[in-house]
Amino acid sequence: MSKLLTWRDLSAPVIAEAGNSVQYKTGSWRALKPIIDQSKCIKCLLCWFYCPEPAIIRHEDDRVEIDYDYCKGCGICANECPVKAIKMVEEEVG
Amino acid sequence: MAVAVQLKGQRRVGMTGDEAVAYAVKQADVDVIAAYPITPQTIIVERLADYVHDGELNASYVPVESEHSALSACVGASLAGARVFTATSSQGLALMWEIMWIASAMRTTIVMALANRALSAPINIHCSHDDAYAVRDAGWIQFFAENVQEAYDLALMAFRVSEDKRVLFPSIVNLDGFILSHGLEPLNVLEDDTVRSFLPPKVPVNPVDPEKPMTYGPLALFDYYFEFKKAQAEAFKSVYPVILEVFREYEKISGRKYEPIKTYGLEDADVAVLILGSSAGTARYAARRLRSKGEKVGVVSLTLYRPFPVQELLAKLKGLKAIVAMDRSYSFGSPGAQLFMDVAAAFANESEKPLMINAIYGLGGRDLLPEHVEEAFMRAKEAAKSGKVEEREVWLGVR
Repeated sequence: MSKLLTWRDLSAPVIAEAGNSVQYKTGSWRALKPIIDQSKCIKCLLCWFYCPEPAIIRHEDDRVEIDYDYCKGCGICANECPVKAIKMVEEEVG
Repeated sequence: MAVAVQLKGQRRVGMTGDEAVAYAVKQADVDVIAAYPITPQTIIVERLADYVHDGELNASYVPVESEHSALSACVGASLAGARVFTATSSQGLALMWEIMWIASAMRTTIVMALANRALSAPINIHCSHDDAYAVRDAGWIQFFAENVQEAYDLALMAFRVSEDKRVLFPSIVNLDGFILSHGLEPLNVLEDDTVRSFLPPKVPVNPVDPEKPMTYGPLALFDYYFEFKKAQAEAFKSVYPVILEVFREYEKISGRKYEPIKTYGLEDADVAVLILGSSAGTARYAARRLRSKGEKVGVVSLTLYRPFPVQELLAKLKGLKAIVAMDRSYSFGSPGAQLFMDVAAAFANESEKPLMINAIYGLGGRDLLPEHVEEAFMRAKEAAKSGKVEEREVWLGVR
């Protein structure tokens, strides 16, 4: 985590550097974590289409992975998966 | 001795408050106007629409579908670097409320004319100060005009103050609905060239630029919101000295002296009333009548409401035995109406303070008569004499 700025470092709420929201990791918001069972996955890519973040990483061979840095655990992927290959499990506390 | 003001290059004209504000805005050569009509402000934006249509003002006039959109458009235009104006009243301002806070926090330099009108219900189109008070916490500078001349002058000065790089906050020029907005008065207007030199084109800070994309008003949660608000609060503290500076500079070009606080009779007064807007004249008239009978009464009226001129007010009120804060509004369940609370808070750490009465007057355009102000003075006098306030809240002239 970068050093937090004080109020003296801030002026109007303007971020002069474009595209830096990537630094804001939203994965810590997650209460439920999606786990993909690769043995069940049929590479239909519905999870990749539906993910609102998008936090599904699609590989060359259409294998999919969850980007846990940004996945907020909404569960849409698990809900949409036609073969129930994605399970939502409790995040470990601490 | 009355000193004739040097009016070189000024014209004596007759205008309503709305017309005078529109004329000032035209002379300020604004780039963008976005507004939605609402009584008693409508004439301001109608005149501006005429100016744009007739080619007298080269501005983009955005006829939006609501006040919420009007102020949103103003925020975008201001951030893009434009000199921006809008006008509204009462319910219209209420609909802008969400964007009011954003306009300040994003450091826009919008100037708004607010033709003060009572908030519903019951529906009313006449003057109360509910609308101005309801946005007092939003981070806008607020001026109150006492007459049409002041509405014109303050509109010009508001652009200069807001756009100053040490300020970068939006401004409201309050003018009492109908009493000033529709009241026809003589006033002196400056030449266009004089205004142009007083108000050169705006030099924007961090303007929206497609070549250099930036994020405006991003998300800041518990980790940064607090710091942004502190930065905004500190920045707002630098507004006051700039206002004094602009007042002095405007005096040089216009011959008209402006101060955050106007006083009458305070040199020997025991009691005084405090008031905003057009009623200050009525209060002075009543005070003059009483003073001619030997009563030691004074009047304090505020041209500047936000930032609230705390130190200057304390200095001016020093030694008074009792004061009456006159509010053209009401704050339900509060320890007092809005001006009363401001003044009481200003005195919070003073060991010597006057007794304070809160007089509610003129709601929904009800005339404030000199007799009402005399009653306020008499109540203050009784309090000063007995050393205690019998009734802290009085409604002047209510049936």
